[in-house]
Amino acid sequence: MSAEPAIKIVKQDKAKRKQSTGKQQLRVVIVGHVDHGKSTLIGRLLYDTDSLPEGKVEEIEAICKRRGTDVVEWSFVLDAFQAERDQAVTIDSTQIWFSTDNRDYVIIDAPGHREFLKNMISGAAAADAAILVVDGAEGVQEQTRRHAYLLHLLGLQQIAVVINKMDLVNHDTEAFENVSREVREYLGSIGVTPRFIIPISARNGDMIASRGESMGWYSGKTLIEVLDSFENAALPVSRPLRFPVQDVYRFQGKRIIVGRVESGILRKGDRLMFSPGNEEATVTSLEVWPEDDDKVEARPGEAIGITLDQRLFVERGHIGSHTKNPPMLSNVFRASIFWLSQKPLKVGNSYKIRFGSHEAMVTVQSIDKVIDTQDLADQSDKSEVKRNTVAEVTLRARDLLPIDPYSDNERLGRIVMYQGYDIAGGGVISMEGYADQRRRKAPKSENIHKVEHLLNHDVRAKRAGHRGGVFWFTGLSGSGKSTLAMAVEKALFEKGFSTYVLDGDNIRHGLNRDLGFSPKDRSENIRRIGHVAALMADAGLIVLSAFISPYRADRRRARAAAGEKYNELYLAADLDICEKRDPKGLYKKARAGEIKDFTGIDSPYEKPENPEMIIDTARQDVETCVEQIVAYIERQVALGDLSDDGKDKEQVLDYVV
Amino acid sequence: MYKYLDELEAKSIYIIREAYNRVDPMCMLWSIGKDSTALLWLVRKAFLGRVPFPLVLLDTGMEMQEVYDFRDNLIKEWDLNCINHMCPPEEDMDQTLPPATRSAMRKTEGLKSLLREHNFKGVIAGIRRDEQGLRAKERVFSPRTIDGNWDFKDQPPEFWDQYKTEFPEGAHLRIHPILHWTELDIWRYTQRENIPCCELYFARKDKKTGKMMRYRSLGEKNITFPVESPASNIEEIIHELETTNTSERAGRSMDKETEDSFERLRAAGYM
Repeated sequence: MSAEPAIKIVKQDKAKRKQSTGKQQLRVVIVGHVDHGKSTLIGRLLYDTDSLPEGKVEEIEAICKRRGTDVVEWSFVLDAFQAERDQAVTIDSTQIWFSTDNRDYVIIDAPGHREFLKNMISGAAAADAAILVVDGAEGVQEQTRRHAYLLHLLGLQQIAVVINKMDLVNHDTEAFENVSREVREYLGSIGVTPRFIIPISARNGDMIASRGESMGWYSGKTLIEVLDSFENAALPVSRPLRFPVQDVYRFQGKRIIVGRVESGILRKGDRLMFSPGNEEATVTSLEVWPEDDDKVEARPGEAIGITLDQRLFVERGHIGSHTKNPPMLSNVFRASIFWLSQKPLKVGNSYKIRFGSHEAMVTVQSIDKVIDTQDLADQSDKSEVKRNTVAEVTLRARDLLPIDPYSDNERLGRIVMYQGYDIAGGGVISMEGYADQRRRKAPKSENIHKVEHLLNHDVRAKRAGHRGGVFWFTGLSGSGKSTLAMAVEKALFEKGFSTYVLDGDNIRHGLNRDLGFSPKDRSENIRRIGHVAALMADAGLIVLSAFISPYRADRRRARAAAGEKYNELYLAADLDICEKRDPKGLYKKARAGEIKDFTGIDSPYEKPENPEMIIDTARQDVETCVEQIVAYIERQVALGDLSDDGKDKEQVLDYVV
Repeated sequence: MYKYLDELEAKSIYIIREAYNRVDPMCMLWSIGKDSTALLWLVRKAFLGRVPFPLVLLDTGMEMQEVYDFRDNLIKEWDLNCINHMCPPEEDMDQTLPPATRSAMRKTEGLKSLLREHNFKGVIAGIRRDEQGLRAKERVFSPRTIDGNWDFKDQPPEFWDQYKTEFPEGAHLRIHPILHWTELDIWRYTQRENIPCCELYFARKDKKTGKMMRYRSLGEKNITFPVESPASNIEEIIHELETTNTSERAGRSMDKETEDSFERLRAAGYM
């Protein structure tokens, strides 16, 4: 405790209380070593800006008296917890509002105790600017360095250093210079330049709101003047658009994709691409409530909903961008992290990470650096990262992740790491040394050219005696796809046609062995089958594909791959009938919840809007259906006039039920 | 008007949608006051006019008649699904607590029985950091033990809008979408969006004293009192708040009974 006399509290004129300006707030975090006077500074800031509620000053005086001290402890303003007053340390980060003539502020108080680092990060991560409090007598201490390093890691640019307790060093200019130099040296070593270094006495209120009389030698700004000179972070409007999908709602037949624009501007009519699936669609509306037809664009920070012109596989975690500047795709990246969990991070361990709404499992491939924030030396033991330390690590995921390095996108370039139920750490992403793998996923390279065959389809068709074609059977499980495809194949073969059935199992055992049953994998499954079918048809085969293929968008892609050789055959049998048939017992399992995302039960089937043929497999027997289909195929693959496009629309109508 | 409110609004909508995606089943406490009614408005914004989870009034039977009337009108007008959950009687409370704190404890116990009955995993509540020092310490997604207890000394870290949303069986989450708003923000927003609010907030002449009085914070009859104020419409309330130094909960007696009344309430599961 200082030997200073008790402060005289001058009653302020109530009318002087600053009005909340109604402008954007600046969030300021106050950090520093324990007992360097953070809470005292906050109490003083509130008092000096007339921001304390009526009665608070008297309340604090009374509490101080009860505790047997005449000296006003400004830190009591914040110490709402009984427990805290007893321990005389701030347990958790607290937020307090005040206003100057120019602006509204939220102060985030961050505790100085080592074990409460997670609270300091919780506070500091939300801040626009920071005040680093350093005791003028003690100088730079352990927490001073650690907090400064974390401010740097959290990306805070606007930092003011206050050298506090100048009253304890007789307001000496030399003492101030010495501590200032010490602070500057450390900050310089981590690449931070403090914007201001101010000598203050929080206890007496010198150089906070008013200059006081004790430090006439200092000609710089007071703390309040410095705060007023800080700026709110500019919205990243000119960065590439990032729209992480938070959820997908289905309201009154509308499919609304909701999320928050993190950077760039999203406009009605924009062509969007969703990573990592890379599917594209156009924004048809921005959805807000109450309805607003004039709402045609959304800027960073806005939480909105959109509708698209096509039904894509878009789910929580996908990242919408414009087609020009999508995020990178990579399954490996580096991160500078801070670790908060009791259990150390270890090489080979797996953790759940989140950035935006994207969630993924990653494995620690290597710990590249463990940094001692005291001297910034690289630690030799790189087998683990202990609690409350910072490190550089390389993380590897199973799938490609849509990644933006922190240097490109501050909001999405940072990850939070989970261990069990708990947030265990966080950090910022660097892609240094790793390439974008997007090309591997969707080779759009200009160096790939379609090779011109010397033989064309007509020549092949003449040799075979018939054309090739894709006959795409779609319908619910149990609608008869496999049964009919196999029977039709046999019938065609016996008539001398070259034909082949693509069926779920034979594809999933080989070509698509790497795919599961997530919507994304299902979509990829169908995409590959569509291309295989198109190639085989081009080679002259009659390809019969038998897949549920529930989504229009997927079938549309299969049609696009095969062009005019594509024919969609819809096996119309409703759910009741298919469920009664249940040839593989799958509906039963789906109803029991043993199978998830089962088409017709908890996953939708989108009926074809304009199929080439509809077969009523509910009312017709197998033989009748086979006859109809074979007759249709024969007409489609007949040589006829080879310049004709071959489609027989009038005949098709006969089969439309 | 008050462009900065857009930022507060967007943040709240993001939190509400996050809760709806991560926590199921969930309900929202609607005390009928200005905060939870503004919050209800934000919920409707988040779900484009809908309220996809039930609202709950923890009813002690001691709310003022104007509050009940306001509730009934709004339920009709907005077509709301509202559970009126009766709190246990005062005799069942810890008799060592001061009277107003005891009364608040009824709500705490009411909330516990609500959770037992409906097995809610999450409860949305319209508390704000600026209301009270303890609430300032809150997280947006704040875990409670099975007894509703709040371990304020060991709260999970929360940063970069990433929340801890998974918990062991039995625990539940409090979700606080308007934690970052102030009393003044709420009134400016209520005015801007034209959100209905209970008439008790507006000054009326007290029959006995002849003074103009209004409620600044609504609570039960026996423990909440009007404060002297000439503000008889929202505009005047905003003007008053822009210049006052009196704290919002000045009319709430439970906050003052002992230095730690509110802390004891919160630790035991009060909102």
